Amino acid sequence: MMSQFRKMDSQVPKVTSVKIETQQFNFYYGGHQALFDINLHIPEKRVTAFIGPSGCGKSTLLRSFNRMNDTIHGTRMAGRIWMDGLDICRPDLDVVSLRRRVGMVFQKSNPFMRSIFDNVAYGLKVNRLTRSRAELAERIEESLRQAALWEEVKDRLHTSALALSGGQQQRLCIARALAIKPEVVLMDEPASALDPMATQKIEELIAKLREQYTIVIVTHNMQQAARVSDYTAFLWIGGLIEFGPTNKIFTRPDQSMTEDYITGRFG
Amino acid sequence: MSAERGVLYRKWLDRMMLGMTTLCALIAIAVLLLILGYIAIRGASVLNWNLLTQLPKPIGETGGGIGNAIAGTLILIGLACLVGLPVGIFSGIYLAEFGHGRFGSTLRFLTDVLTGVPSIVIGIFAYTLLVLPMRRFSALAGGFALGVIMIPVVTRTTEEMMKLVPSTLREAALALGAPEWRAILGVVVRSAGTGIATGVMLAIARIAGETAPLLFTALGSRFWPRAIDEPAPALTLQIFNYATGPYEEWHRLAWAGTFVLVALILIINISVRWLTRNPYRTGH
Repeated sequence: MMSQFRKMDSQVPKVTSVKIETQQFNFYYGGHQALFDINLHIPEKRVTAFIGPSGCGKSTLLRSFNRMNDTIHGTRMAGRIWMDGLDICRPDLDVVSLRRRVGMVFQKSNPFMRSIFDNVAYGLKVNRLTRSRAELAERIEESLRQAALWEEVKDRLHTSALALSGGQQQRLCIARALAIKPEVVLMDEPASALDPMATQKIEELIAKLREQYTIVIVTHNMQQAARVSDYTAFLWIGGLIEFGPTNKIFTRPDQSMTEDYITGRFG
Repeated sequence: MSAERGVLYRKWLDRMMLGMTTLCALIAIAVLLLILGYIAIRGASVLNWNLLTQLPKPIGETGGGIGNAIAGTLILIGLACLVGLPVGIFSGIYLAEFGHGRFGSTLRFLTDVLTGVPSIVIGIFAYTLLVLPMRRFSALAGGFALGVIMIPVVTRTTEEMMKLVPSTLREAALALGAPEWRAILGVVVRSAGTGIATGVMLAIARIAGETAPLLFTALGSRFWPRAIDEPAPALTLQIFNYATGPYEEWHRLAWAGTFVLVALILIINISVRWLTRNPYRTGH
């Protein structure tokens, strides 16, 4: 079964340049191998969706792009991931500067126990990205506007972020990630805990952000992948089954397994 | 028929259990209220300004106070915090963040052992370590002994409270390019702040009432505490001396001292809670 994955050639999307490239990437949680020989090109300034059943490794792959898996004990990786010519799997990589370039939005919104203002300010302060208070306030407004949250919170910037609704909290987390001006934004099921209205807002936001950022989104919701993404990768028990333009994956996939998953025959 | 009896039995058992738990809770509270009430009645009746601010009078004279003992206890608590809080809090951070291996579990086990060490043994330790080489009883030795008692309590509560902070918060900070130490101190420790403060208060409450380790470290004195390398008075020592003494006047002072000690712990409790509250914890 695994040999089938290895035969898969990576499929280079035409037109746009490549932002992230994985080469024979393998990932292990202790003795358990979670990813097998992943070869994938993430195009720049496009939305790429990872779909697949639970436990297929899509989140693990996503979290490899900002080395977030480093926080889990006993993990190990092999192979390479290139981002603009930099191998981000190198053991001696400065993960802090990598994470400044690769932002992340998590499944469950996770605002800090601080004010709305201070939540967005956190990344800017930690990385010393602003020189004055005025510049800080400016960047915060800009980020909140980008995340389509400014109008809703501009009169209560100094109240607790935890008083916001679930959807607002998630957009705050997006604003917080955008504030440090990353090149790539990783989204790990950003709308799975939200109601349909809040989900729609997040999706509209993604559509707007794709012009400026390279976005990689993990989703359980195939309609969502079809709606928001330009490219889709289908993963199954740790292997990349198929990768290509979203409309192709959803209308005439090359692999019968992809078709079976998308049409709901398994998974 | 039998099914209905089963239901009746279940309902009866349910009520029995509810009654039992309520009764036990009431007994626990009753004991506490009884103690506090009795202390309040006996202590508050003799309480006055002179008692809080004056030195004890020589035997035979009436009046006098426990002002020096109050000051001494506060100084001892302060010294103990200087020793106990940094070591305890940073050990707790270590255990929560990096204590995954064998060294961590060994440390955790030793901390638990230290919690169980009788306080008089820790007093002997401070006596050997500080009193003998310095050739004098001192506030320093007393504060050190109390600080050592604080360490395991603070360590374990800090660790437990930090483990309660969702890992997603730490990940959020790291994902924003925060170095690990900043994510830990600025986000995790901060989020656990109220819990850590509770642990600190528990530790302070515990040491404020310690007597045994002070007997041969701080020793006690009838004068105002002057320097940290001199014997220091403490409320608990004074209560012990007065309560076991033969004079009625002393007994009155002992009750007043007890009342002041309990009130002091309560005040420290409330103020630390107030100072470490996080205004952004919930809603508004």
